[in-house]
Amino acid sequence: MKENVNYATIPKKKNNWWKEVKRNKDCYLLLLPYMSVFTLFTVIPVLASIGLSFTYFNLLEPPQWRGWLNYIRLFLDDDVFLIAVKNTLVFAFVTGPISYFACLIFAWLINELPPKLRAFMTLVFYAPSISGSAFVIWKYILSGDMYGLLNSTLMKWGILTEPVQWLTNPLYNMKFIIVVQLWLSLGASFLAFIAGLQSIDKSMYEAGAIDGIRNRWQELWFITLPSMKPQLMFGAVMQIAASFGVSSICMELAGFPSTNYSARTVVTHIYDFGTVRYEMGYASAIATVLFVAMIITRNIIGKLLKTD
Amino acid sequence: MGKKNKLNRSTAGDVCIFIVLALFGSFMALPLVYAIVQALKPLEEIFIFPPRFFVRRPTLENFGTLFQLTGNLWVPFSRYVFNSLFVSVVSTIGHVIFASMAAYPLAKYNFPGKNFIFNIVVMSLLFTPEVTEIPRYMVLAKTGMINSYWALLLPPLAMPLGLYLMRQFMSQIPDSVLEAAKIDGASIHQTLWRIVMPAVKPAWLTLIIFAFQSIWNRTGMAYIYVEQYKVLPTILRQLTQSSNIARAGVAAASTVLLMIPPIIIFVITQSNVIETMSYSGMKD
Repeated sequence: MKENVNYATIPKKKNNWWKEVKRNKDCYLLLLPYMSVFTLFTVIPVLASIGLSFTYFNLLEPPQWRGWLNYIRLFLDDDVFLIAVKNTLVFAFVTGPISYFACLIFAWLINELPPKLRAFMTLVFYAPSISGSAFVIWKYILSGDMYGLLNSTLMKWGILTEPVQWLTNPLYNMKFIIVVQLWLSLGASFLAFIAGLQSIDKSMYEAGAIDGIRNRWQELWFITLPSMKPQLMFGAVMQIAASFGVSSICMELAGFPSTNYSARTVVTHIYDFGTVRYEMGYASAIATVLFVAMIITRNIIGKLLKTD
Repeated sequence: MGKKNKLNRSTAGDVCIFIVLALFGSFMALPLVYAIVQALKPLEEIFIFPPRFFVRRPTLENFGTLFQLTGNLWVPFSRYVFNSLFVSVVSTIGHVIFASMAAYPLAKYNFPGKNFIFNIVVMSLLFTPEVTEIPRYMVLAKTGMINSYWALLLPPLAMPLGLYLMRQFMSQIPDSVLEAAKIDGASIHQTLWRIVMPAVKPAWLTLIIFAFQSIWNRTGMAYIYVEQYKVLPTILRQLTQSSNIARAGVAAASTVLLMIPPIIIFVITQSNVIETMSYSGMKD
């Protein structure tokens, strides 16, 4: 304890690095349990995957060193990858931002409701994310035969004369996957925003009213958003991970592989090579490229929000 | 508490908000209602033409079939229920404790390596989990944890999401509050458990939902091959994924059943998130 007080006032210098470490040993002790499990089950596997991206690895024989060959093949020799990139960019730069703002707007609107109703509406909006597989119900709704709920309804109303293959026709399938992805996307960011709104000091609104804030829009812009920057950044990272990583929903709804690869994303491409073709080295190279793209996006958003 | 803050609020705006939420709320809810309805449909109604949204003769037949199927398993069905609940509850509690302990120094202290540690945790959220599965399996195999509870319990303890969430909320606590505690002679542990954790109650209540739900939905199929350690999602998938179309109702029933525990956890924690008026008294 005494040490803490003594050194607290000394400005940080490069040469007393070790003293800094010793002074903060409590911090390292608090980090120890989490970081040891994290290193074992996340850091090592991620580093191993990046390492494997420079090899040929079919899961049966030991990996063989390939240098940059996987990356060269990926950028110069893989046409399906281009489709995957195009679809992933749609998710990343259309679906991602839309669902980010939807999370924010709905969290804010729900926060305006009286408490009982607020808890209920939070459940309604979050419920699609609760189950890992509830989105499969959309297969029944969008089914391509006359038993599909959408087809049979449109035929009953006379809009269609014969059933449409909503999920296998390349003209429509991405559009419906986007709808389902948006339906699913009020997840972690949304709940973090709800919790963030609960954490804002209510007296700031009273002070704001005295300072001339007249309506709820001004309140949102001048008080609410600036006070929940950490949550906004958290939400952005979660949205990046979710929208760059869209995969199981594409495979489940559009089939795998989808018609002419029309619903292929980067992660379904990874799945194809890693799980179906046993080319783990190549799959890891794709994952590494995706990883870099996500980090760049995250850093840009961090700059925009001026936080981390 | 009960009375709503009416500052800067117009009635017209309240009505608009209500309409918007009702509209989008029904879009969110209808597919799930359809899933529940499907689970209540008898076999002949699932294949009726034209298909109906609502059920005419609701029945628990599908749930009955599900329990019948589970009655013939090698280990009693209750064993899978126990495994799932045990793993989910223990890992969730452990994760919230581990993540909170690690988040506090990262949010409020300056020490060598802090930024490095924080950055790798956040960056790890962005690495595709599909390719790390194989190396993770190798780690579990090397440490002899395959086919044991450890393979299910241990990895979720250090999910990166929890640390990031807790760190973000803790960083909002005014420094003056923590300084005051330090001057009063509180240790880092006392400050964490007595001051920081109560202040970020909405954060860890929310984390309980995330953690429970993601652990509950994990199948662990890659790590567990012996029956006595398998969990509910694994066994229900095995029973209903026989690609038999006549099992459509049973599959819907099992989806609905699997959603119940996370919803219970959600209702308990979320009503508390909304009750708490966290550190409204703390000012910088």
